[in-house]
Amino acid sequence: MKTYENTGNKDTRSGFGAGLDVLGDTNPDVVALCADLTGSLKMDAFKDKHPERFFQVGIAEANMMGIAAGMTIGGKIPFTGTFANFSTGRVYDQIRQSIAYSGKNVKICASHAGLTLGEDGATHQILEDLGLMKMLPGMTVINTCDFNQTKAATIAVAEHKGPVYLRFGRPKVPNFTAVDQSFEIGKAVKLQEGSDVTIVATGHLVWEALEAAKTLYDQGILAEVINIHTIKPLDEEAIIKSVKKTGCVVTAEEHNYLGGLGESVARCLTQNHPRPQEFVATQDTFGESGTPAELMEKYGLNAKAIVEKSKKVIERK
Amino acid sequence: MAEKPNLKDFVTQVRRDILRQVHKVNSGHPGGSLGCAEFFSVLFTEVLRTKDNFDMDGKEEDLFFLSNGHISPVYYSVLSRSGYFPVQELNTFRHIDSRLQGHPTTHEGLPGVRIASGSLGQGMSVAIGAALSKKLNNDKNLVYSLHGDGELQEGQNWEAIMYAAGNKVDNLIATVDYNGQQIDGSTDDVLPMGNLKAKFEAFGWIVLEEDNGNDIDAVRNILANAKSKTGQGKPVVILLKTVMGNGVDFMMHTHAWHGKAPNDEQLEIGLNQNPETLGDY
Repeated sequence: MKTYENTGNKDTRSGFGAGLDVLGDTNPDVVALCADLTGSLKMDAFKDKHPERFFQVGIAEANMMGIAAGMTIGGKIPFTGTFANFSTGRVYDQIRQSIAYSGKNVKICASHAGLTLGEDGATHQILEDLGLMKMLPGMTVINTCDFNQTKAATIAVAEHKGPVYLRFGRPKVPNFTAVDQSFEIGKAVKLQEGSDVTIVATGHLVWEALEAAKTLYDQGILAEVINIHTIKPLDEEAIIKSVKKTGCVVTAEEHNYLGGLGESVARCLTQNHPRPQEFVATQDTFGESGTPAELMEKYGLNAKAIVEKSKKVIERK
Repeated sequence: MAEKPNLKDFVTQVRRDILRQVHKVNSGHPGGSLGCAEFFSVLFTEVLRTKDNFDMDGKEEDLFFLSNGHISPVYYSVLSRSGYFPVQELNTFRHIDSRLQGHPTTHEGLPGVRIASGSLGQGMSVAIGAALSKKLNNDKNLVYSLHGDGELQEGQNWEAIMYAAGNKVDNLIATVDYNGQQIDGSTDDVLPMGNLKAKFEAFGWIVLEEDNGNDIDAVRNILANAKSKTGQGKPVVILLKTVMGNGVDFMMHTHAWHGKAPNDEQLEIGLNQNPETLGDY
Protein backbone atom coordinates (compact mmCIF):
# COMPACT_ATOMS: atom_id res chain seq x y z
CA MET A 1 0.00 0.00 0.00
CA LYS A 2 0.99 3.60 -0.49
CA THR A 3 2.57 5.38 2.42
CA TYR A 4 1.86 8.99 3.26
CA GLU A 5 4.32 10.98 5.27
CA ASN A 6 3.20 13.53 7.80
CA THR A 7 5.56 16.41 7.08
CA GLY A 8 4.68 18.00 10.41
CA ASN A 9 1.40 18.86 12.09
CA LYS A 10 -0.17 22.09 10.90
CA ASP A 11 -3.60 23.63 11.23
CA THR A 12 -5.86 23.78 8.19
CA ARG A 13 -6.82 27.37 9.02
CA SER A 14 -3.20 28.35 8.45
CA GLY A 15 -3.52 26.73 5.04
CA PHE A 16 -6.41 29.08 4.39
CA GLY A 17 -4.34 32.04 5.55
CA ALA A 18 -1.47 30.99 3.29
CA GLY A 19 -3.78 30.57 0.31
CA LEU A 20 -5.41 33.93 0.94
CA ASP A 21 -1.95 35.50 1.14
CA VAL A 22 -1.13 34.10 -2.31
CA LEU A 23 -4.42 35.40 -3.70
CA GLY A 24 -3.70 38.82 -2.28
CA ASP A 25 -0.55 38.96 -4.39
CA THR A 26 -1.97 37.35 -7.51
CA ASN A 27 -5.61 38.42 -7.82
CA PRO A 28 -6.41 42.11 -7.32
CA ASP A 29 -10.16 41.39 -7.29
CA VAL A 30 -9.92 39.31 -4.12
CA VAL A 31 -11.11 41.12 -1.00
CA ALA A 32 -11.29 39.70 2.52
CA LEU A 33 -13.83 40.38 5.23
CA CYS A 34 -13.57 39.30 8.84
CA ALA A 35 -15.88 39.47 11.86
CA ASP A 36 -13.36 40.11 14.65
CA LEU A 37 -11.43 36.85 14.24
CA THR A 38 -8.54 37.91 12.03
CA GLY A 39 -5.92 36.10 14.07
CA SER A 40 -7.98 32.95 14.52
CA LEU A 41 -8.61 32.78 10.76
CA LYS A 42 -4.93 33.49 9.99
CA MET A 43 -5.87 36.43 7.79
CA ASP A 44 -3.12 38.70 9.15
CA ALA A 45 -0.78 38.37 6.19
CA PHE A 46 -3.46 39.46 3.74
CA LYS A 47 -4.57 42.24 6.08
CA ASP A 48 -1.05 43.58 6.56
CA LYS A 49 -0.08 43.45 2.88
CA HIS A 50 -3.38 44.63 1.42
CA PRO A 51 -5.10 46.80 4.03
CA GLU A 52 -7.21 48.53 1.36
CA ARG A 53 -8.74 45.19 0.43
CA PHE A 54 -9.30 43.96 3.99
CA PHE A 55 -12.58 44.80 5.71
CA GLN A 56 -12.95 44.43 9.46
CA VAL A 57 -16.70 44.16 9.95
CA GLY A 58 -16.78 43.65 13.70
CA ILE A 59 -18.95 41.12 15.50
CA ALA A 60 -21.70 41.42 12.93
CA GLU A 61 -21.76 38.35 10.74
CA ALA A 62 -25.11 39.07 9.11
CA ASN A 63 -23.82 42.42 7.93
CA MET A 64 -20.61 40.77 6.74
CA MET A 65 -22.51 38.37 4.48
CA GLY A 66 -24.60 41.19 3.04
CA ILE A 67 -21.58 43.40 2.43
CA ALA A 68 -19.81 40.49 0.75
CA ALA A 69 -22.81 39.95 -1.53
CA GLY A 70 -22.83 43.65 -2.41
CA MET A 71 -19.11 43.76 -3.11
CA THR A 72 -19.47 41.19 -5.88
CA ILE A 73 -21.36 43.93 -7.72
CA GLY A 74 -18.41 45.74 -9.17
CA GLY A 75 -16.42 42.57 -9.75
CA LYS A 76 -14.86 41.84 -6.38
CA ILE A 77 -14.35 38.29 -5.11
CA PRO A 78 -15.08 38.46 -1.37
CA PHE A 79 -13.71 35.89 1.07
CA THR A 80 -15.50 36.04 4.42
CA GLY A 81 -13.77 34.65 7.48
CA THR A 82 -15.23 33.58 10.79
CA PHE A 83 -15.91 30.37 12.71
CA ALA A 84 -18.03 27.75 10.95
CA ASN A 85 -20.89 28.21 13.40
CA PHE A 86 -21.07 31.94 12.72
CA SER A 87 -20.50 31.39 8.99
CA THR A 88 -23.60 29.26 8.55
CA GLY A 89 -26.28 28.79 11.17
CA ARG A 90 -26.08 32.33 12.47
CA VAL A 91 -26.44 33.85 9.01
CA TYR A 92 -28.36 31.22 7.10
CA ASP A 93 -31.00 33.52 5.68
CA GLN A 94 -28.47 36.15 4.67
CA ILE A 95 -26.54 33.49 2.77
CA ARG A 96 -29.71 32.01 1.34
CA GLN A 97 -31.20 35.22 -0.06
CA SER A 98 -28.33 37.64 -0.62
CA ILE A 99 -25.70 35.12 -1.74
CA ALA A 100 -27.10 31.78 -2.91
CA TYR A 101 -30.43 32.83 -4.43
CA SER A 102 -28.82 35.98 -5.78
CA GLY A 103 -26.03 33.88 -7.30
CA LYS A 104 -23.23 35.97 -5.81
CA ASN A 105 -19.58 35.04 -6.12
CA VAL A 106 -18.84 34.94 -2.37
CA LYS A 107 -16.42 32.52 -0.73
CA ILE A 108 -17.62 31.69 2.78
CA CYS A 109 -14.51 30.51 4.62
CA ALA A 110 -15.25 28.76 7.87
CA SER A 111 -12.74 27.77 10.51
CA HIS A 112 -13.06 25.90 13.82
CA ALA A 113 -15.61 23.50 12.35
CA GLY A 114 -16.72 20.46 14.28
CA LEU A 115 -15.66 18.91 17.56
CA THR A 116 -11.94 19.64 17.12
CA LEU A 117 -12.59 23.24 18.05
CA GLY A 118 -12.19 21.66 21.47
CA GLU A 119 -12.45 23.33 24.83
CA ASP A 120 -14.87 26.12 23.87
CA GLY A 121 -17.60 23.50 23.75
CA ALA A 122 -20.86 22.94 21.93
CA THR A 123 -21.86 26.59 21.48
CA HIS A 124 -19.03 26.89 18.98
CA GLN A 125 -18.76 23.32 17.66
CA ILE A 126 -21.08 23.24 14.70
CA LEU A 127 -21.81 19.73 13.44
CA GLU A 128 -24.65 20.75 11.14
CA ASP A 129 -22.96 23.15 8.71
CA LEU A 130 -22.32 20.75 5.83
CA GLY A 131 -25.99 19.87 5.75
CA LEU A 132 -27.09 23.49 5.95
CA MET A 133 -24.80 24.53 3.14
CA LYS A 134 -25.27 21.60 0.79
CA MET A 135 -29.01 22.13 0.80
CA LEU A 136 -28.63 25.58 -0.73
CA PRO A 137 -29.07 25.41 -4.52
CA GLY A 138 -25.91 26.43 -6.35
CA MET A 139 -23.65 26.26 -3.29
CA THR A 140 -20.35 24.43 -3.65
CA VAL A 141 -19.31 22.75 -0.38
CA ILE A 142 -15.69 21.86 0.38
CA ASN A 143 -14.13 20.36 3.51
CA THR A 144 -10.35 20.10 3.30
CA CYS A 145 -8.14 17.62 5.11
CA ASP A 146 -4.78 19.27 5.78
CA PHE A 147 -2.73 22.46 5.46
CA ASN A 148 -1.54 21.87 1.91
CA GLN A 149 -4.96 20.95 0.58
CA THR A 150 -6.63 23.89 2.33
CA LYS A 151 -4.13 26.28 0.80
CA ALA A 152 -4.70 24.78 -2.65
CA ALA A 153 -8.48 24.86 -2.23
CA THR A 154 -8.44 28.50 -1.13
CA ILE A 155 -6.57 29.45 -4.27
CA ALA A 156 -8.80 27.28 -6.45
CA VAL A 157 -12.13 28.63 -5.25
CA ALA A 158 -11.16 32.13 -6.36
CA GLU A 159 -11.24 30.87 -9.93
CA HIS A 160 -14.64 29.25 -9.48
CA LYS A 161 -17.57 31.49 -10.38
CA GLY A 162 -20.30 31.14 -7.77
CA PRO A 163 -20.83 30.80 -4.03
CA VAL A 164 -18.56 28.41 -2.14
CA TYR A 165 -18.55 27.15 1.43
CA LEU A 166 -14.98 26.26 2.41
CA ARG A 167 -14.75 24.43 5.73
CA PHE A 168 -11.61 23.84 7.76
CA GLY A 169 -10.54 23.57 11.36
CA ARG A 170 -8.62 24.74 14.37
CA PRO A 171 -6.16 22.06 15.55
CA LYS A 172 -2.77 21.14 14.18
CA VAL A 173 -3.21 17.90 12.26
CA PRO A 174 -0.93 15.81 10.03
CA ASN A 175 0.05 17.54 6.80
CA PHE A 176 0.49 14.85 4.18
CA THR A 177 -0.91 15.91 0.80
CA ALA A 178 1.39 17.34 -1.87
CA VAL A 179 2.78 20.83 -1.34
CA ASP A 180 1.90 22.28 -4.71
CA GLN A 181 -1.07 20.13 -5.58
CA SER A 182 -3.64 21.26 -8.07
CA PHE A 183 -7.06 21.36 -6.50
CA GLU A 184 -9.95 20.32 -8.69
CA ILE A 185 -13.36 21.17 -7.22
CA GLY A 186 -15.67 18.16 -7.30
CA LYS A 187 -12.93 15.64 -8.05
CA ALA A 188 -12.36 12.89 -5.50
CA VAL A 189 -8.77 11.89 -4.70
CA LYS A 190 -8.08 8.18 -4.34
CA LEU A 191 -5.41 7.76 -1.67
CA GLN A 192 -5.34 3.97 -1.36
CA GLU A 193 -6.31 1.15 -3.71
CA GLY A 194 -8.30 -1.62 -2.08
CA SER A 195 -10.82 -4.32 -2.82
CA ASP A 196 -12.59 -5.15 0.46
CA VAL A 197 -14.13 -1.88 1.62
CA THR A 198 -14.33 1.72 0.41
CA ILE A 199 -13.68 4.43 2.98
CA VAL A 200 -14.94 7.82 1.84
CA ALA A 201 -13.59 10.47 4.22
CA THR A 202 -13.56 14.24 4.39
CA GLY A 203 -11.74 16.87 6.45
CA HIS A 204 -9.81 15.77 9.52
CA LEU A 205 -11.11 12.21 9.06
CA VAL A 206 -9.03 11.65 5.90
CA TRP A 207 -5.80 11.12 7.86
CA GLU A 208 -7.70 8.90 10.28
CA ALA A 209 -8.95 6.89 7.31
CA LEU A 210 -5.35 6.35 6.15
CA GLU A 211 -4.38 5.21 9.64
CA ALA A 212 -7.38 2.90 9.69
CA ALA A 213 -6.38 1.45 6.32
CA LYS A 214 -2.95 0.58 7.73
CA THR A 215 -4.51 -1.26 10.67
CA LEU A 216 -6.94 -3.07 8.37
CA TYR A 217 -4.07 -4.02 6.03
CA ASP A 218 -2.22 -5.62 8.92
CA GLN A 219 -5.34 -7.72 9.51
CA GLY A 220 -5.57 -8.73 5.85
CA ILE A 221 -8.28 -6.27 4.83
CA LEU A 222 -7.61 -4.06 1.79
CA ALA A 223 -9.36 -0.72 2.18
CA GLU A 224 -9.77 1.75 -0.66
CA VAL A 225 -9.48 5.27 0.74
CA ILE A 226 -11.09 8.22 -1.03
CA ASN A 227 -10.47 11.80 0.04
CA ILE A 228 -13.74 13.51 -0.86
CA HIS A 229 -12.80 17.14 -0.24
CA THR A 230 -15.83 18.34 -2.19
CA ILE A 231 -19.13 17.34 -0.61
CA LYS A 232 -21.11 19.17 -3.30
CA PRO A 233 -20.95 18.61 -6.18
CA LEU A 234 -20.22 15.03 -5.13
CA ASP A 235 -17.90 12.97 -7.33
CA GLU A 236 -20.51 10.24 -7.74
CA GLU A 237 -18.63 8.50 -10.49
CA ALA A 238 -15.59 7.89 -8.28
CA ILE A 239 -17.74 6.61 -5.41
CA ILE A 240 -19.87 4.29 -7.54
CA LYS A 241 -16.81 2.92 -9.32
CA SER A 242 -15.07 2.14 -6.05
CA VAL A 243 -18.11 0.57 -4.35
CA LYS A 244 -18.76 -1.59 -7.43
CA LYS A 245 -15.31 -3.01 -6.75
CA THR A 246 -15.41 -3.31 -2.95
CA GLY A 247 -19.11 -3.94 -2.36
CA CYS A 248 -19.45 -1.78 0.76
CA VAL A 249 -18.61 1.65 2.10
CA VAL A 250 -17.78 3.53 5.28
CA THR A 251 -18.19 7.30 5.27
CA ALA A 252 -16.23 9.38 7.76
CA GLU A 253 -16.81 13.01 8.66
CA GLU A 254 -16.65 15.43 11.59
CA HIS A 255 -20.35 16.19 11.32
CA ASN A 256 -23.76 14.92 12.28
CA TYR A 257 -24.71 11.75 10.40
CA LEU A 258 -27.94 13.58 9.52
CA GLY A 259 -27.33 15.83 6.57
CA GLY A 260 -23.63 15.26 6.10
CA LEU A 261 -21.32 13.51 3.66
CA GLY A 262 -22.65 10.10 4.65
CA GLU A 263 -26.17 10.91 3.59
CA SER A 264 -24.95 12.30 0.29
CA VAL A 265 -23.06 9.08 -0.39
CA ALA A 266 -26.06 6.99 0.69
CA ARG A 267 -28.34 8.90 -1.66
CA CYS A 268 -25.89 8.44 -4.50
CA LEU A 269 -25.54 4.70 -3.93
CA THR A 270 -29.25 4.13 -3.35
CA GLN A 271 -29.94 5.60 -6.75
CA ASN A 272 -27.09 3.93 -8.56
CA HIS A 273 -25.59 0.92 -6.80
CA PRO A 274 -27.08 0.09 -3.39
CA ARG A 275 -24.62 -1.58 -1.03
CA PRO A 276 -24.14 -1.70 2.77
CA GLN A 277 -22.90 1.52 4.35
CA GLU A 278 -21.71 2.47 7.82
CA PHE A 279 -21.39 6.01 9.12
CA VAL A 280 -18.51 7.44 11.12
CA ALA A 281 -20.11 10.70 12.25
CA THR A 282 -21.73 12.19 15.32
CA GLN A 283 -25.08 10.66 16.18
CA ASP A 284 -27.47 13.62 16.25
CA THR A 285 -25.85 15.16 19.29
CA PHE A 286 -24.20 18.38 20.37
CA GLY A 287 -20.55 18.34 21.36
CA GLU A 288 -18.93 19.41 24.63
CA SER A 289 -15.68 20.75 26.06
CA GLY A 290 -12.54 18.65 25.88
CA THR A 291 -9.34 18.28 23.92
CA PRO A 292 -9.80 17.50 20.23
CA ALA A 293 -8.36 13.99 20.69
CA GLU A 294 -10.60 13.27 23.68
CA LEU A 295 -13.66 14.46 21.80
CA MET A 296 -12.89 12.51 18.65
CA GLU A 297 -12.44 9.39 20.78
CA LYS A 298 -15.60 9.92 22.82
CA TYR A 299 -17.77 10.65 19.77
CA GLY A 300 -16.24 7.87 17.67
CA LEU A 301 -14.54 9.95 15.00
CA ASN A 302 -11.07 8.44 14.69
CA ALA A 303 -9.09 5.66 13.03
CA LYS A 304 -10.25 3.16 15.64
CA ALA A 305 -13.89 3.90 14.86
CA ILE A 306 -13.26 3.63 11.11
CA VAL A 307 -11.64 0.19 11.61
CA GLU A 308 -14.62 -1.04 13.64
CA LYS A 309 -17.17 0.27 11.12
CA SER A 310 -15.17 -1.20 8.23
CA LYS A 311 -15.24 -4.68 9.75
CA LYS A 312 -18.93 -4.30 10.51
CA VAL A 313 -19.84 -3.25 6.97
CA ILE A 314 -17.77 -6.05 5.44
CA GLU A 315 -19.80 -8.54 7.51
CA ARG A 316 -22.99 -7.07 6.07
CA LYS A 317 -21.93 -7.65 2.46
CA MET B 1 -31.21 60.80 -23.56
CA ALA B 2 -34.93 60.58 -24.32
CA GLU B 3 -37.15 63.49 -23.42
CA LYS B 4 -38.21 63.32 -19.81
CA PRO B 5 -41.85 62.35 -19.42
CA ASN B 6 -44.16 64.55 -17.45
CA LEU B 7 -43.52 63.19 -13.98
CA LYS B 8 -47.08 63.62 -12.79
CA ASP B 9 -48.34 61.56 -15.72
CA PHE B 10 -45.60 59.03 -15.13
CA VAL B 11 -46.59 58.61 -11.48
CA THR B 12 -50.25 58.24 -12.37
CA GLN B 13 -49.44 55.51 -14.86
CA VAL B 14 -47.24 53.77 -12.30
CA ARG B 15 -50.17 53.73 -9.88
CA ARG B 16 -52.36 52.11 -12.54
CA ASP B 17 -49.64 49.54 -13.20
CA ILE B 18 -49.45 48.72 -9.49
CA LEU B 19 -53.19 48.23 -9.14
CA ARG B 20 -53.51 46.19 -12.33
CA GLN B 21 -50.56 43.93 -11.47
CA VAL B 22 -51.85 42.95 -8.03
CA HIS B 23 -55.46 42.75 -9.17
CA LYS B 24 -54.75 40.35 -12.01
CA VAL B 25 -53.02 37.81 -9.82
CA ASN B 26 -55.02 38.64 -6.69
CA SER B 27 -51.87 38.98 -4.61
CA GLY B 28 -49.03 41.37 -3.95
CA HIS B 29 -48.44 44.56 -2.00
CA PRO B 30 -50.19 47.67 -3.33
CA GLY B 31 -50.07 49.88 -0.21
CA GLY B 32 -46.34 50.42 0.12
CA SER B 33 -45.94 50.40 -3.65
CA LEU B 34 -48.36 53.29 -4.08
CA GLY B 35 -46.68 55.19 -1.26
CA CYS B 36 -43.35 55.04 -3.06
CA ALA B 37 -44.55 55.82 -6.59
CA GLU B 38 -43.18 59.36 -6.54
CA PHE B 39 -39.83 58.29 -5.07
CA PHE B 40 -39.26 55.59 -7.68
CA SER B 41 -40.45 57.79 -10.53
CA VAL B 42 -38.16 60.69 -9.66
CA LEU B 43 -35.23 58.43 -8.87
CA PHE B 44 -35.33 56.43 -12.10
CA THR B 45 -36.31 59.19 -14.52
CA GLU B 46 -34.27 62.08 -13.16
CA VAL B 47 -31.65 61.04 -10.62
CA LEU B 48 -29.96 57.75 -11.41
CA ARG B 49 -27.12 58.02 -13.91
CA THR B 50 -27.13 54.64 -15.58
CA LYS B 51 -25.63 53.05 -18.65
CA ASP B 52 -27.80 52.15 -21.63
CA ASN B 53 -27.45 48.43 -21.16
CA PHE B 54 -27.92 46.64 -17.87
CA ASP B 55 -25.07 44.56 -16.51
CA MET B 56 -24.67 43.00 -13.08
CA ASP B 57 -21.38 44.70 -12.22
CA GLY B 58 -22.82 48.19 -12.60
CA LYS B 59 -19.46 49.89 -12.91
CA GLU B 60 -19.38 53.60 -13.76
CA GLU B 61 -23.06 54.11 -13.04
CA ASP B 62 -25.35 54.75 -10.10
CA LEU B 63 -26.91 51.73 -8.43
CA PHE B 64 -30.19 51.19 -6.66
CA PHE B 65 -31.09 48.44 -4.20
CA LEU B 66 -34.60 47.73 -2.97
CA SER B 67 -34.42 46.21 0.50
CA ASN B 68 -38.16 46.00 1.20
CA GLY B 69 -38.72 43.74 -1.76
CA HIS B 70 -42.44 43.28 -1.24
CA ILE B 71 -43.11 46.59 -2.98
CA SER B 72 -42.06 44.92 -6.21
CA PRO B 73 -45.13 46.22 -8.14
CA VAL B 74 -43.81 49.79 -8.10
CA TYR B 75 -40.26 48.60 -8.80
CA TYR B 76 -41.34 46.54 -11.81
CA SER B 77 -43.57 49.28 -13.16
CA VAL B 78 -40.85 51.91 -13.00
CA LEU B 79 -38.14 49.58 -14.30
CA SER B 80 -40.24 48.62 -17.30
CA ARG B 81 -41.30 52.17 -18.03
CA SER B 82 -37.66 53.22 -17.78
CA GLY B 83 -36.79 50.75 -20.51
CA TYR B 84 -35.27 47.86 -18.58
CA PHE B 85 -37.76 45.35 -20.00
CA PRO B 86 -40.97 45.42 -22.03
CA VAL B 87 -43.94 46.98 -20.27
CA GLN B 88 -46.09 44.07 -21.48
CA GLU B 89 -44.13 41.82 -19.13
CA LEU B 90 -45.99 43.41 -16.21
CA ASN B 91 -48.78 41.04 -17.28
CA THR B 92 -46.72 38.17 -15.91
CA PHE B 93 -46.30 39.55 -12.37
CA ARG B 94 -46.35 36.65 -9.88
CA HIS B 95 -47.34 34.17 -12.57
CA ILE B 96 -45.62 30.85 -13.18
CA ASP B 97 -42.49 31.05 -15.37
CA SER B 98 -42.23 34.82 -14.92
CA ARG B 99 -39.16 36.97 -14.39
CA LEU B 100 -41.39 39.18 -12.23
CA GLN B 101 -41.36 37.07 -9.09
CA GLY B 102 -43.43 38.03 -6.06
CA HIS B 103 -40.29 39.51 -4.60
CA PRO B 104 -37.45 40.77 -6.81
CA THR B 105 -34.72 38.34 -7.73
CA THR B 106 -31.67 38.07 -9.93
CA HIS B 107 -32.46 34.40 -10.36
CA GLU B 108 -34.61 34.85 -13.46
CA GLY B 109 -32.28 37.44 -14.99
CA LEU B 110 -34.63 40.43 -14.87
CA PRO B 111 -32.71 43.53 -16.01
CA GLY B 112 -32.50 46.20 -13.34
CA VAL B 113 -32.36 43.86 -10.37
CA ARG B 114 -28.97 43.14 -8.78
CA ILE B 115 -29.99 41.38 -5.55
CA ALA B 116 -32.86 39.29 -4.31
CA SER B 117 -34.86 40.93 -1.54
CA GLY B 118 -37.97 40.15 0.40
CA SER B 119 -36.62 38.59 3.53
CA LEU B 120 -36.25 41.92 5.26
CA GLY B 121 -33.27 43.74 6.68
CA GLN B 122 -30.57 42.67 4.24
CA GLY B 123 -30.49 45.46 1.66
CA MET B 124 -28.52 47.99 3.69
CA SER B 125 -25.57 45.61 3.99
CA VAL B 126 -25.70 44.84 0.28
CA ALA B 127 -25.80 48.52 -0.62
CA ILE B 128 -22.80 49.17 1.63
CA GLY B 129 -20.91 46.34 -0.08
CA ALA B 130 -21.65 47.80 -3.50
CA ALA B 131 -20.58 51.23 -2.26
CA LEU B 132 -17.28 49.79 -0.96
CA SER B 133 -16.76 48.10 -4.31
CA LYS B 134 -17.21 51.47 -6.03
CA LYS B 135 -14.61 53.02 -3.79
CA LEU B 136 -12.14 50.24 -4.58
CA ASN B 137 -12.83 50.74 -8.28
CA ASN B 138 -12.40 54.51 -7.95
CA ASP B 139 -15.92 54.82 -9.30
CA LYS B 140 -17.45 58.14 -8.26
CA ASN B 141 -21.05 57.13 -8.89
CA LEU B 142 -23.47 56.67 -6.02
CA VAL B 143 -25.42 53.85 -4.44
CA TYR B 144 -29.07 54.41 -3.50
CA SER B 145 -31.20 52.10 -1.40
CA LEU B 146 -34.76 51.99 -0.12
CA HIS B 147 -35.93 50.46 3.16
CA GLY B 148 -39.23 50.16 4.93
CA ASP B 149 -39.55 51.83 8.32
CA GLY B 150 -40.91 48.66 9.93
CA GLU B 151 -38.03 46.86 8.27
CA LEU B 152 -35.66 48.71 10.58
CA GLN B 153 -36.87 46.39 13.33
CA GLU B 154 -34.55 43.79 11.80
CA GLY B 155 -31.28 43.94 13.73
CA GLN B 156 -29.00 43.51 10.72
CA ASN B 157 -29.87 47.07 9.71
CA TRP B 158 -28.23 48.42 12.83
CA GLU B 159 -25.09 46.39 12.24
CA ALA B 160 -25.01 47.96 8.80
CA ILE B 161 -25.84 51.46 10.01
CA MET B 162 -23.00 51.24 12.54
CA TYR B 163 -20.59 49.92 9.92
CA ALA B 164 -21.40 52.55 7.29
CA ALA B 165 -20.79 55.46 9.63
CA GLY B 166 -17.75 53.91 11.27
CA ASN B 167 -16.15 53.29 7.89
CA LYS B 168 -17.16 56.55 6.21
CA VAL B 169 -19.29 54.99 3.48
CA ASP B 170 -20.19 58.41 2.10
CA ASN B 171 -21.22 57.33 -1.41
CA LEU B 172 -24.45 55.84 -0.14
CA ILE B 173 -27.90 57.45 0.05
CA ALA B 174 -30.35 55.27 1.95
CA THR B 175 -34.00 56.24 2.00
CA VAL B 176 -36.46 55.05 4.61
CA ASP B 177 -40.08 54.82 3.47
CA TYR B 178 -41.46 56.37 6.61
CA ASN B 179 -45.15 55.54 6.36
CA GLY B 180 -45.61 54.40 9.95
CA GLN B 181 -47.40 51.21 8.92
CA GLN B 182 -46.58 47.53 8.86
CA ILE B 183 -48.56 44.32 8.46
CA ASP B 184 -49.96 44.08 11.97
CA GLY B 185 -50.74 47.77 12.37
CA SER B 186 -48.95 51.04 12.93
CA THR B 187 -45.25 50.79 13.71
CA ASP B 188 -45.96 52.51 17.02
CA ASP B 189 -48.34 49.69 17.93
CA VAL B 190 -46.18 46.83 16.67
CA LEU B 191 -42.78 47.94 17.92
CA PRO B 192 -42.30 51.65 18.54
CA MET B 193 -39.52 53.04 16.36
CA GLY B 194 -38.69 55.91 18.66
CA ASN B 195 -36.88 58.87 17.19
CA LEU B 196 -35.40 57.59 13.95
CA LYS B 197 -33.64 60.86 13.21
CA ALA B 198 -31.90 60.82 16.57
CA LYS B 199 -31.03 57.16 16.17
CA PHE B 200 -29.38 57.62 12.77
CA GLU B 201 -27.60 60.76 13.97
CA ALA B 202 -26.33 58.96 17.04
CA PHE B 203 -24.80 56.37 14.74
CA GLY B 204 -23.07 59.13 12.77
CA TRP B 205 -25.22 59.55 9.68
CA ILE B 206 -26.29 62.72 7.92
CA VAL B 207 -30.08 62.68 8.29
CA LEU B 208 -32.45 64.51 5.95
CA GLU B 209 -36.17 64.64 6.56
CA GLU B 210 -38.95 65.17 4.06
CA ASP B 211 -42.52 65.27 5.26
CA ASN B 212 -44.06 65.32 1.78
CA GLY B 213 -42.73 62.15 0.26
CA ASN B 214 -45.62 61.98 -2.15
CA ASP B 215 -44.92 65.40 -3.61
CA ILE B 216 -42.83 65.16 -6.77
CA ASP B 217 -41.01 68.45 -6.26
CA ALA B 218 -40.29 67.64 -2.63
CA VAL B 219 -38.85 64.24 -3.57
CA ARG B 220 -36.79 65.81 -6.34
CA ASN B 221 -35.40 68.41 -3.94
CA ILE B 222 -34.61 66.04 -1.10
CA LEU B 223 -32.78 63.66 -3.43
CA ALA B 224 -30.75 66.57 -4.83
CA ASN B 225 -30.02 67.74 -1.31
CA ALA B 226 -28.94 64.23 -0.32
CA LYS B 227 -26.62 64.00 -3.28
CA SER B 228 -24.98 67.27 -2.27
CA LYS B 229 -24.23 65.76 1.13
CA THR B 230 -22.32 62.76 -0.23
CA GLY B 231 -18.55 62.63 -0.17
CA GLN B 232 -18.36 64.28 3.24
CA GLY B 233 -17.20 61.27 5.21
CA LYS B 234 -20.66 60.21 6.33
CA PRO B 235 -23.46 58.08 4.90
CA VAL B 236 -26.69 59.89 4.11
CA VAL B 237 -30.21 58.83 4.98
CA ILE B 238 -33.50 60.39 3.91
CA LEU B 239 -36.45 59.85 6.22
CA LEU B 240 -39.17 60.14 3.60
CA LYS B 241 -42.64 60.44 5.06
CA THR B 242 -45.09 58.82 2.67
CA VAL B 243 -48.72 57.78 2.78
CA MET B 244 -49.34 54.12 2.29
CA GLY B 245 -51.78 53.61 -0.57
CA ASN B 246 -51.29 57.16 -1.81
CA GLY B 247 -53.39 58.11 -4.83
CA VAL B 248 -56.17 55.61 -4.20
CA ASP B 249 -58.40 57.12 -1.55
CA PHE B 250 -59.70 53.99 0.10
CA MET B 251 -56.20 52.54 0.41
CA MET B 252 -54.70 55.59 2.12
CA HIS B 253 -53.77 55.99 5.79
CA THR B 254 -54.27 52.34 6.63
CA HIS B 255 -52.19 49.19 6.82
CA ALA B 256 -55.12 47.17 5.48
CA TRP B 257 -53.74 47.26 1.93
CA HIS B 258 -50.21 46.24 2.83
CA GLY B 259 -50.57 42.87 1.15
CA LYS B 260 -54.08 42.71 -0.25
CA ALA B 261 -55.27 43.02 -3.83
CA PRO B 262 -58.33 45.03 -4.87
CA ASN B 263 -61.36 43.21 -6.24
CA ASP B 264 -62.88 44.13 -9.62
CA GLU B 265 -64.97 46.93 -8.24
CA GLN B 266 -62.17 48.37 -6.12
CA LEU B 267 -59.84 48.22 -9.09
CA GLU B 268 -62.25 50.24 -11.16
CA ILE B 269 -62.51 52.89 -8.46
CA GLY B 270 -58.75 53.03 -8.14
CA LEU B 271 -58.22 53.29 -11.90
CA ASN B 272 -60.88 55.99 -12.21
CA GLN B 273 -58.92 58.01 -9.68
CA ASN B 274 -55.82 57.57 -11.82
CA PRO B 275 -56.71 57.95 -15.51
CA GLU B 276 -54.50 56.36 -18.13
CA THR B 277 -51.63 58.62 -19.18
CA LEU B 278 -48.73 56.79 -20.84
CA GLY B 279 -50.79 53.83 -21.99
CA ASP B 280 -51.66 50.66 -20.14
CA TYR B 281 -49.62 47.55 -20.85
